[in-house]
Amino acid sequence: MIGTFLNPVLAVLRKDLQSELRTRYAMSALIMFIVSTISIIVFAIGGGTSRSDVLAGMLWVVIFFSSMSGLSRTFVSEEERGTAMTLQLLVPPSVVLFGKLLFNVLLVIGMNILAVALYSFLMTGFTVTSPGLFSLTLILGSGGLAASSTIIAAIIAKANTKGPLFPVLALPILLPLLVVVINMTRLSMEGGDISESVGEFQFLIAYIIVIITASNLLFEYIWRD
Amino acid sequence: MIRLFLGIWLAIVTLLAFVLPMSANPSAWYHLPIIPGLEDKARILFFHVPTAWLSTVGFIASMVYGIRYLRKRDPEDDIKSASAAGVGFLFCILATVTGAIWAKFSWGTYWNWDPRQTSIFVLLLIYGAYFALRSAIDVEEKRATLSAAYAIIAAVVMPFFMFVMPRILASLHPQPVLNVQGKTEMNATMLVLLISSFAGFTGLASWMWNLEVRIQRIVMNSLSGLKGETRV
Amino acid sequence: MEMIQEPLLDIRLSGTGLSKVFNRRSIFRDITFQLSAGQTLLITGSNGAGKSTLLKVIAGILTPSSGTVSIMDADIPQTVYRAIGFVSPYLNLYDEFSPRENLFFAMSARSRQVAPDAVDRILDRVGLGRFKDVPSRVFSSGMKQRLKYAFSLIHEPPILLLDEPTSNLDEEGKGFVRDLMARQVAKGILIVATNEQTDVSRYDHSINLDREG
Repeated sequence: MIGTFLNPVLAVLRKDLQSELRTRYAMSALIMFIVSTISIIVFAIGGGTSRSDVLAGMLWVVIFFSSMSGLSRTFVSEEERGTAMTLQLLVPPSVVLFGKLLFNVLLVIGMNILAVALYSFLMTGFTVTSPGLFSLTLILGSGGLAASSTIIAAIIAKANTKGPLFPVLALPILLPLLVVVINMTRLSMEGGDISESVGEFQFLIAYIIVIITASNLLFEYIWRD
Repeated sequence: MIRLFLGIWLAIVTLLAFVLPMSANPSAWYHLPIIPGLEDKARILFFHVPTAWLSTVGFIASMVYGIRYLRKRDPEDDIKSASAAGVGFLFCILATVTGAIWAKFSWGTYWNWDPRQTSIFVLLLIYGAYFALRSAIDVEEKRATLSAAYAIIAAVVMPFFMFVMPRILASLHPQPVLNVQGKTEMNATMLVLLISSFAGFTGLASWMWNLEVRIQRIVMNSLSGLKGETRV
Repeated sequence: MEMIQEPLLDIRLSGTGLSKVFNRRSIFRDITFQLSAGQTLLITGSNGAGKSTLLKVIAGILTPSSGTVSIMDADIPQTVYRAIGFVSPYLNLYDEFSPRENLFFAMSARSRQVAPDAVDRILDRVGLGRFKDVPSRVFSSGMKQRLKYAFSLIHEPPILLLDEPTSNLDEEGKGFVRDLMARQVAKGILIVATNEQTDVSRYDHSINLDREG
C-alpha cells in the first residue's frame, strides 16, 4: 500500500536529483549565495566576534537567504520549461508534492552542512559546545525550512514575477521557525543541554507536521490551474 | 442612512473618549478610572484596541472566504476575501500607528520590538505578501486560488507565532483589556465606552468592506467585458 | 481506416456539461459526449476556440469550471494517469534527459515495470532509434514531436488524445501518425483536435467549438 505511493514519489525525487546533477540549477545558486553572504558578514563584523546571539543570528541569515535563492528552482523550472504538464499526466498532485519536498529536504541539509562548515571555518568565534543540540536544531530547522519553502515555491511558480516574490511570501511563514532555531543555536553555543530544549523540539516537529498537512490539502488546488 | 448613523456614533465615542474626566476613585457615573502607569494616555485605548481587533478580523475573514472560494469556485468569494484583506490591512496600519504613538509616550520609543508590536509587524508582512502575490497573477481564477492558499498557510502558522513570542521577548504592553483572569482595572463607564467604540469601528469596517466589495464587483465586470484573449 | 486485428478494450469515457471560464470569459460551455472503445471524436474550432483547453480538461490536467469527466473501466480500475496518452503542443519533456531516460522516468513514475527492449521498440517505431541516448535538448521540433508520441504511447493507453497531431512532422511522420490512429481506434478511444482540413465523416462524433461557444 505504502509502496504504491512511495515508488512514484521516489521516481520524481530521482528524476529531480538526476536533473540537478546535470543542470546544477539550484546548487550553483545556493553555493554562490552561501559564499557571498558569509564573506559579507566576515567583512562587516570580522571573524573574531564571540557574541553568541550575533553569530547564531548571522548563521541563519545566511541559511535563509541561500534557501531563498535555490529552493524555488524545483517548481519554477517545471513551469518555466513547460514540463509541468508531463508531471501532471504522470502522477497525482500529492506525489509531486512529496517528491519535491524530499528533494528540497536533501538540498537544504546539504546546503546547511556546507554553510556551517564554511561559517565555522571563517568565523573563528563560532564554537558549538553542545554538538548534539546543534545537530538536532540543524536537522529540524532544515526540515521546517524545506517544508515551508516547498509549498511557497509551488505558489510562486504559477505567478508572473517569481524570484522577488519568494522571500516576500516565505518570510512571514518562516519567522516563527527562525526565531526558535536562532535561539537554540545560541543555546548550543553557550553549552545548553538537549533536555532544556524539549519544548522547542516539540515546537519544531509540530511546525513541520502542520505545514506538511496544510500543503498536502492545498497543493491540488495550486498544482492544477 | 448607515453612513450617517456610523458617523454620529463614532463622533460621540471620539468626543467622550477625550472629554470624560479621569479620577483615581471614580465616583460620578461619567468618571473614567486612572490606570496606574497609563493615566491620560489610556484614552488612546478606545482607538487602538478596536483597530488591532479589526486587523485580525480582516485577516480571518479573508481566510474564511478564501476557503469558501476553494470549495465552490465562486468569484464572489474571492472579491469578498480580497476586500476583507484590504480593509484589514488599513486597520492594521492604523493599529500600528496608534500603537507606536502610545509606545512613544508610555515607553519613550516608537518601536521597541515588544511581542505585540512584533505580532502586528508580522501581520503587516503577511498582508503585504498577500497583496504582492495578488498583483503578480493576472488570470483571475488563478489569482483567487493562489491567494486563498497563501492566506490559509499564513493562518496555520499564526498559532506558532503566538506561542513563540512571549517566550523570547519580555513585554511592557498592558495586560489585554479583557484578560483571562477577568480582572480589569476598568469601571463600567470605560467598559461601555470601549464596547461602543468596538461596535462603531466594527460597523465602520463592515461598511467599508461592503463598499469595497461593490467597487470590485463593478471593476471585475467591466474588465471581463473589455478583456481580449487570455488563454492557457 | 485500415483494420488491425486486436480485441477491443472495455473502456468508456464521458464528459457531462463541461465548461471552462478564464477571467470570467467562457471558453466553452456545456460540452457533453460519450465514447466507448473503437470510437473517435473530432474537436474543431478556430484559433483560440478552446480546443487545447477542452483536451486538458478531458485529460484531468485542468479542473473544469463545471461538469465532470469520467473514465469507466470494467476490467482493471484504471487511473487517469495510466489510461490517458496525450500529445500536445504544450507538452514538453525533460530536455536534459535522453529519450530513453524520459521514457523510463514515465514508467517508473506510474510504478509500472517496463522491459528495456519495449522502450527501444517504441523509440524505433517513432523513428528515434538512432537518438535513444542523446539528450533531447539538441532535437529539432519534429524530433521532439516524435518523442512526445513515444512518451504518450509507452504505457499503451486505452484513451489517446491528440492536439494538432501532425504539427512539425514530415511526410513520413504523418504516415506514422495515420497508422497509429488506426491502431488506437482498433482497441480504444481516440480524440483528435485540429485546425487542419479534416474529413469529419471519418469520425464517429465531432464537436465544433465555434458553434457551441
